[in-house]
Parts: sequence; C-alpha cells; structure tokens
Amino acid sequence: MMSDFWLHPALIMILGALVLPFVRGAGRRPFLLVVPLIAFAAVLQMQEGIHGIFYFMDWQLTFGRVDRLSLVFAYIMTLMCIIGTIYGLHVENEYEHQAAWLYVAGALGVIFAGDFLVLFLFWELMAFSSVFLIWFRGQARSLAIGYRYLLVHTAGGLALLAGFVLHYQATGDLSFNQFDVANPTFAIYLIMIGFILNAAVPPLHSWLPEAYSEATVSGAVFMSAFTTKTTVYALARGFAGMEILIPLGVFMAIYGVVYAMLENDARRLLAYHVISQVGYMVAGVGIGTQMAINGVCAHAFANILNKGLLFMGVGSVLYMTGKAKFTELGGLYKKMPLALVFTLIGGLSISGFPLLSGFVSKSMIVAAGFDAHLYWAAFLLTLASTGTFLCLGLKALYLIWFGKNNCSEETWNKATDPPLHMHLAMGLAAFFCILIGVYTPYLYQMLPYPVDFAPYTAYHLAKTIQVLLFTALGFFLLIDQLTPKPTISLDLDWFYRRGGQLFLWLATKPIQAVDTAVNNAYRTWGLIPLMIVSRFWSWFDWHIIDGVVDGLARTVRWCGDWSRRLQAGQMQANIFSTVFVMTVLLILYVLAS
Amino acid sequence: MIVKLIDFLYNRLKLVIRLGLVVLVLVVLWDVLLLDKEGYAYTAAEKLPGFWSIFGFIACVLIILVSKLFGRLGIMTREDYYDE
Repeated sequence: MMSDFWLHPALIMILGALVLPFVRGAGRRPFLLVVPLIAFAAVLQMQEGIHGIFYFMDWQLTFGRVDRLSLVFAYIMTLMCIIGTIYGLHVENEYEHQAAWLYVAGALGVIFAGDFLVLFLFWELMAFSSVFLIWFRGQARSLAIGYRYLLVHTAGGLALLAGFVLHYQATGDLSFNQFDVANPTFAIYLIMIGFILNAAVPPLHSWLPEAYSEATVSGAVFMSAFTTKTTVYALARGFAGMEILIPLGVFMAIYGVVYAMLENDARRLLAYHVISQVGYMVAGVGIGTQMAINGVCAHAFANILNKGLLFMGVGSVLYMTGKAKFTELGGLYKKMPLALVFTLIGGLSISGFPLLSGFVSKSMIVAAGFDAHLYWAAFLLTLASTGTFLCLGLKALYLIWFGKNNCSEETWNKATDPPLHMHLAMGLAAFFCILIGVYTPYLYQMLPYPVDFAPYTAYHLAKTIQVLLFTALGFFLLIDQLTPKPTISLDLDWFYRRGGQLFLWLATKPIQAVDTAVNNAYRTWGLIPLMIVSRFWSWFDWHIIDGVVDGLARTVRWCGDWSRRLQAGQMQANIFSTVFVMTVLLILYVLAS
Repeated sequence: MIVKLIDFLYNRLKLVIRLGLVVLVLVVLWDVLLLDKEGYAYTAAEKLPGFWSIFGFIACVLIILVSKLFGRLGIMTREDYYDE
C-alpha cells in the first residue's frame, strides 16, 4: 500500500493519456485542458517529504521525493504542459496528445524519483514517448530521424544503466543523491555521460537540432521544454560542483550560438540555441554554489517559457505557411503581426532585456561565476548572451518578419495569424515571461535556496542595456553577412550518419557478395538431393498426414492470423504497444503492492 | 494597428536610425558620467569607461565573423548532402 496518500502527477498524466482515445467529440477539448490542470494542481498542493515508497524484490523504490528542488521543476513542467497542450488543441491525432502526455509523465517521474531504478524507468519512458512526436510529423524522412533519435538515446540510457549498476555494486545504495564529485569513480562518470547526452552537451549533442527541427509543430514545443531541462534537474541533483561541467557548459553556450548563426531553418536555429541556453545551466551546475544552483533553476524555469514561446511563434509560421526556412520567408509582419509580437517577447526575454524573464534568471548564473572568481567563464557566458540576442532577437525575427521577402506567392497567401488557441498559449507564455521579469519574488521564492541577489541595480541595468544595444549596432552594420543561404551545416552527427551509410554499403556490397556465393553453392550441392527427399515426403504428406492435420492447421492459422495482426512487423507499432503495456503493468503493480 | 505602427516607422527609417544612434550615445554617457561602479564591478576592466558597450560590440562582430569563417571551412554544405 501507499505509505500515505500522495497523488503522483505523472500518474495523472498517464491515466489521462490512457483515457484520452475514448473521449471523443465535444468532450475532447475540455478533457485536454482538465488533465494538465489537475496535474498542475497536484503539484501546487504538494507537501515536502518522501512519498510513494514501494518494495520490489530487495529494493526500496521511491516515487515521490518532494523537496524545493524537485518542486520548482515539477511546477514549471506541469505549467508548460498546460501551455503546450493548449497550443496543440488543433491536433486531431489523439496518439500525438497521448505521446506528449506520456513524455510529460516521464519528465515528472524523473523529477520526483528518489532512486536509480525509478529514475531509469521514467527516463526511458521520456525517450520512447517523445520519439512519436517526431514520427507523427509524417514526412518521408521522419522515420529515419526518429530511429536515429531513439538509437542515440538508447545508447545514453545504456551508459546510464551501466553506471547505476556499477555504482550499486560498489556502494550497495540505489538512492539518487548528490554524488561525491570530488572523487568521481568510473560509475559516476558513466552516469554523467548518460545525463549529459540528454542535456545535449557536445560532443553528444547532435541528436537535438535534428529532432527538434523535425518534430511536429506542437511536438517541438514539448520537446524544447522537457528532455534537456529534466536532465538539468538531474545534474543539479547529483553533480553540483562537478568542475568539468563548467568548461563543457561554457563551450556549449558558444557552440550553440555559432551553429545558430549559420542556420537557415528557423526551428533548427532555435534548437541549436537550446544547446546554448542549456550550456548556462550545465556551467551553473559545475559552479555548484547555492547561488549558482538557484540560477540554474531560475534559468531553466524562465527558459522553458521563453524558448517554448519562440518555438510556438516560429511553429505558428510553419503551421500556417508550411515553411520554416529563412530563404522561403520574410516580410511577414504585414500578415502575421500578432505572432510577431509574441515571438518578439520571447526573443527579448531570452536575450535578457530588463523587465523580462531572462534578465533576472541568466544574470544569476553569470553573477555566480563572477562570485566564484571564474572570470573567464563569466565573460564568455556574457559573450554567448550577446549571441543569443544576435541570433534570436535580431536574426530570426528580422529574417522572418522583416528583411527581404523571399515568400512564394503561395506562402504569402497562406500566411495569416494562427488560430485562437495558439494565440492563447503564446499569450500565456508571454504573460509569465513578463511576470517573472517584473515581479521577481514570484520566481525567487520558489528557488531551492534563499536568494541573495538583486537584479535591478543601476550597474546591472547599464551593463545589460549597453551590451544589448551595441550588439544591435553590430548586427545592423554587418547585416549583409547574414543573408540566408539554402544550406545545412555539418555537425558531429556526420559520423553516425555517414558511418551508417558505410555500414549499409558493406552490407549491400561485400557481405551481399559472400551471401550470394554461399547461396549458389547451396543450390548446387544442397538443393537437388533435398528436392528428391522432399518429393517423397510430399507424397507421404498428401496421402497420409493431410487428413489428420487439416483440423489442426485451421487452428494454427487462426492463431497465426491473430498474432500477425498484433505484431505487424512495424517497429513503431511494437514500441508503442510495449511502452503502453509496460506502463499499465507498472500501474497495476504499484496499485497491487 | 501593429502593422500601421511598423509601416509608420519604416517610412521614417532615417529618423529611426538617428534616434537609435542618439540612444546609443546616451547609454554610453550614462556609463561614463553617472554610473557608480564601486562594489558592483568584479574586475578592473569593467571600470573602464563604456567597457560593456565595447564588449557588446566586439562580441557581436566576433560571433558573426568567426561563425561565418567556420561555416566557410566546409561546415555549410548543400541541403541534399545526406540524400545520396
């Protein structure tokens, strides 16, 4: 039995996802709104403590470790789930909603997990449900992209699992707490590798731009929020003060910006920029002081909203026009002015303009860097923040809504402001971006440690305004350098994409040749004697056995038909049913024990 | 309304640019003349007049030029690169 009454918000999302296909017609939209709201309410009324303890064989499983760190992440995740679901209300495919909700459930499960087993379970649920947000895009290349995403995440999951097993073997402890980062063992490094793959830390990052730019319009809104930020939570929980994360995070922050500058696809630009923003958080975890961890939480919170808003704004352009490339867009302010305003709020927020969310969140990590006398890191993170304004606030907005009009006549005619529910979702996100920036106690009171940081000082205001405005000056002086070109940028996925092609070549050419040779030999030396024998058996079968077997055969065929329908040989269908059955079994087990 | 406002500004682009430049000058003057940096600046460099203006401008130019250079090294390639 449950140790006390405690309703896991992930359970609400899973049950909601299971019931969803049966809610049809007029009840569908209210249902889509109510379930995330209940999950949000469950987080709001949650008390700190340890809940939901179960015993499985020799192990104690903790589903509900509730403290200030997990609460602030659960709060923003469920809030974003409400906004993302509203944004996707137009989606008719109930399985897409289902996948999104299971994905959210996975993130919430990881956030409240108190031990490695529960964490791993929900970790994999995240990967295996989010991949459907790529597949449901339904393009010719979606299938391959989804498999690559899955393979990369499976590899990361295996590193994580190996780390957990070795750690358990060494310490006999399954609980997930702060690791001894001063003396990291091999197991701790493996766990860190599993984590930073999900956080898209180079060189383990190239799954992210590909997946997020190719997901469905509303799927990308979910993906931009959940995988990387859940991982940031896990890093903050286990790896605060792990020094190697500082250079990795700073490198990421700049790397993401450089690729975003080269990018022609607006959603891929946003995706590269996710890497840059998560870089701040990873570096903050590496700094590891109370102020830095506060900054990590604050920035994750703010970033989920303003990056989600950007994905919604650019997604609405894609939804209305079918285009996301700068070489096929431009001058849209006349046709989509409201989407422009919302996206602008997102862009200015993430760039850290005063009175908006980035100003009060990002600066906390940078200040923590200065406080810890890591001047190089603090200056480089400030440099990366000029890159944020440059590629989002200026480049992306300018090339979609202003600049040279590259729209075809068809694109131009299709472009109008998106449906009401999309505006509503963007409006909500924009509201929170402004609320966080204007009324700092709203966010600061949720942070895990007491906040000793005042963003609105004259010095910080003057610094920020100077950096941003002079970035704008540089942008307009060098604007000719930024004319979009129809290119893609090679990244480290080259190794497994080209490597995969090499493997296929090996499989089709040399290995196929050997296979053919063996086949020929078999046909000559094996087949002819076999034919003679089989002719005899055929006679025997025809005259003697048939009568006996006919009845049996009909039964077998019926079974075969039935199992064939269950298992159509399509990987996606298999994964979907497996994940579903696993989830149901888990719930049954938990309820029964 | 939003469209009209943007068109209004577009039609007076020269004026908008001049106003923008005036704002830049005012911001630098704020830094040089009025700002109290004691107790806030962590490093000596930050106390130079207009330090963050110069930093922002150089950072912007660096990012644009370095990323362009990086792209030209063969990183930017044709869209159907992986299709063959």
